[in-house]
Amino acid sequence: MSRPGTIGWFARHEARLAWRDWLSLMTGGHRRRARTVILGFALFWIFAHGLAWLMLRAVGNFVGPVDKHLLVVITGTLLPCGSLMLSQALESVTRGFYARGDLELILTSPASVSRLFAVRIAGMALTIVFMMLVLGAPFINMLAWLGGARWLGAYPVVVAMAMDAVAIAVVVTIALFHAIGPRRTRVISQILAAVIGAAFVIGVQFAAILSYGATPEMGILQMAEIVRRAPDVGSAVWLPARAVLGDLPALAGVLGLSAVALAGTIYVFAPRFGHLAQGTASVPHGAARHERRQSRFRGSTPARALRRKEWTLLLRDPWLISQTLMQSLCLLPAALLLWRDFYRGGTASALLVPILIVAAGQLAGGLAWLAVSGEDAPDLIASAPVSAVSVLRAKAEAVLSGIAVTFGPFVVILAVAAPFGALVAVAGIVVASGSAMAIQYWFRKQVKRSTFRRRQTSSRVATFAEALSSIGWAGTGALAATGTWLAIVPCVIVMTIVAGTWMISPARGSLLL
Amino acid sequence: MTRIAPPLALKIRALAKKFERPAVVGLDLSVPAGEFYTLLGPNGAGKTTTLRMVTGLLRPDSGSIAICGIDALADPIGAKRITAWLSDEPMIYDKLTPMEYIDFVAGLWAVDDKIAAARARDLLSRLDLTPHADERCESLSRGMRQKVALAGALVHEPRLIILDEPLTGLDAGSSRTVKEMLRERVHGGCSVIMTTHILDVAERMADRIGVMDKGNLIAEGTLDALRRQAGSGHASLEDTFLALVAQDTALGRDAADTHAAAVTHDDAVA
Repeated sequence: MSRPGTIGWFARHEARLAWRDWLSLMTGGHRRRARTVILGFALFWIFAHGLAWLMLRAVGNFVGPVDKHLLVVITGTLLPCGSLMLSQALESVTRGFYARGDLELILTSPASVSRLFAVRIAGMALTIVFMMLVLGAPFINMLAWLGGARWLGAYPVVVAMAMDAVAIAVVVTIALFHAIGPRRTRVISQILAAVIGAAFVIGVQFAAILSYGATPEMGILQMAEIVRRAPDVGSAVWLPARAVLGDLPALAGVLGLSAVALAGTIYVFAPRFGHLAQGTASVPHGAARHERRQSRFRGSTPARALRRKEWTLLLRDPWLISQTLMQSLCLLPAALLLWRDFYRGGTASALLVPILIVAAGQLAGGLAWLAVSGEDAPDLIASAPVSAVSVLRAKAEAVLSGIAVTFGPFVVILAVAAPFGALVAVAGIVVASGSAMAIQYWFRKQVKRSTFRRRQTSSRVATFAEALSSIGWAGTGALAATGTWLAIVPCVIVMTIVAGTWMISPARGSLLL
Repeated sequence: MTRIAPPLALKIRALAKKFERPAVVGLDLSVPAGEFYTLLGPNGAGKTTTLRMVTGLLRPDSGSIAICGIDALADPIGAKRITAWLSDEPMIYDKLTPMEYIDFVAGLWAVDDKIAAARARDLLSRLDLTPHADERCESLSRGMRQKVALAGALVHEPRLIILDEPLTGLDAGSSRTVKEMLRERVHGGCSVIMTTHILDVAERMADRIGVMDKGNLIAEGTLDALRRQAGSGHASLEDTFLALVAQDTALGRDAADTHAAAVTHDDAVA
């Protein structure tokens, strides 16, 4: 048993909190679901291994000698993983700074705050390792199965990358904190996290489209030109890739450097966290923010008041905008593809229809969650002389107008290139948005708006149903855009999914819908 | 000469609500128009559940609720149109300014824009919020947020105001202002029903006081009437309240003992 206030004691405390938090996240607060979750994980694990085996077997052999081509491919795979880890680390560090939780209790105690933060920083690295391994471990295991035990070197490389990501995130956040102050740091670092998470993938798509046309594959990394221009095999650039391949000196170097980076960051910055936490304590009760435009009392109906409120709240929360519109960023490569296709007279417009539909479905789900579950004054709305149907209609209109503003320009461009495709896209966007909104409404659960990033945890069924319906409508749209009657098949499937979701939803039997 | 009873702002009959255990049990309660009524009771007595059913936030299992003669269960929209609800946790939006918040509430109650603007300015001025009228609510203190919520509740001039611990977080000056504003409304014919744990407030402000325990009204009347019922002479409301709750608990214990004895007797007979 460790002495209170020591690193071991804090580590035990943090581990217990993290475990319970994770369990609650997975089970949605229902302890009885634990067995189902374990079973689900086991099935996912088996499925992921099978999928990894199929994918890797198709790519080629992994037992060959270490050459530049292989090093380029491995490095090209590590880069997006690294960007995702950095994104996650920035998010975690920002939360660590700003979440009050037990911080005020600990800050007012005689315990060493630097020890607590040392443990928290290390905990962030561990969390990121865990997150990456959930997705990456099946691929590493199958690489080892197909290419030999040397590929198991990828495990320590993931650990090293997580340590680097957290070290960079701490430095970036503290630099932002000093440069732009605590209030802006929170918003900017969260937006930065979201953009970093998406930027690399989008960049790869852009490059692929510009170089090859409509196949944004990772295959660009295998280009002979890149391999030719890349540094020699002995270069230090390939150290992480060599480590993945089980090169022991490279592995020791990568792990050692990352450990030193993280330990140095903890040593330098952990003692300062107390002061930083005091700085963040003044947010949001810090400087008052005046609105330039005064409210004009424009003679509102309840529906108009509700719509205006939803838009105002969304527009004034940059973090929510960044979260909800992040999916739209992924449309940029698609828009580029359309632009190229228009001038070359190709048929890529049909490919854009499903992309628009799936993105609209996802965005509508996010906005609907904000409007329905993320209502910060539910009692006020419920005690107002407005029927529940009118409230729902006003909120749906607010969501649909957001969808129209986001996707309108894409549809207009598409209409110029392919009018029938645009028609199908509009129909698909409307039904996908409607389905996502309905699912969010059926599974609504009143929570604080600020818990948006955890919206999936309130109902796994809603999350999966929303994703499946968006994908299903996208499939329907893709087939419809090519003019085949086969579009009826996915249409019927997705309608069955949505109807099935309604049947098992808690809203069934209520007065509405 | 017969005395004409004043019209009732609130009439509750046989109201019941059960969660895992009964929260409100066959409650009867009447509040005339133009009365300041304070509802007291220990934690878990069913006060907030009762008020949430009156405001349409909870559906009762049985019973009836009429607000100014409107059946709140049959015509909830009509009842809500003349009612305001203010909970102890201010229901406001962090990203809106107090002025925008009041504008929004006025929109929900469909108040004419010119009237709403004038009332908003007046309310914010009375509550010392004018300097903060265009600041986002996220930067306001808890007491200020509570005052913003109160301004929102009053902007549509309700005939029945229901407040759940409205003075929580207010400083002495603000607390006095709020009490004065509520008194003015009562003088103007509006009814106020308020729950509070600050017995001093209830003692000074209420025309009548109701004491709830275990989901039912165990005593009701003016302070003097309650003292007589509790047999507490000239004691403070705090002493009277504690005596009434203790009496009710003792009665409950006696009833439970009687029931247990009856069960034991039945078992023995069997």
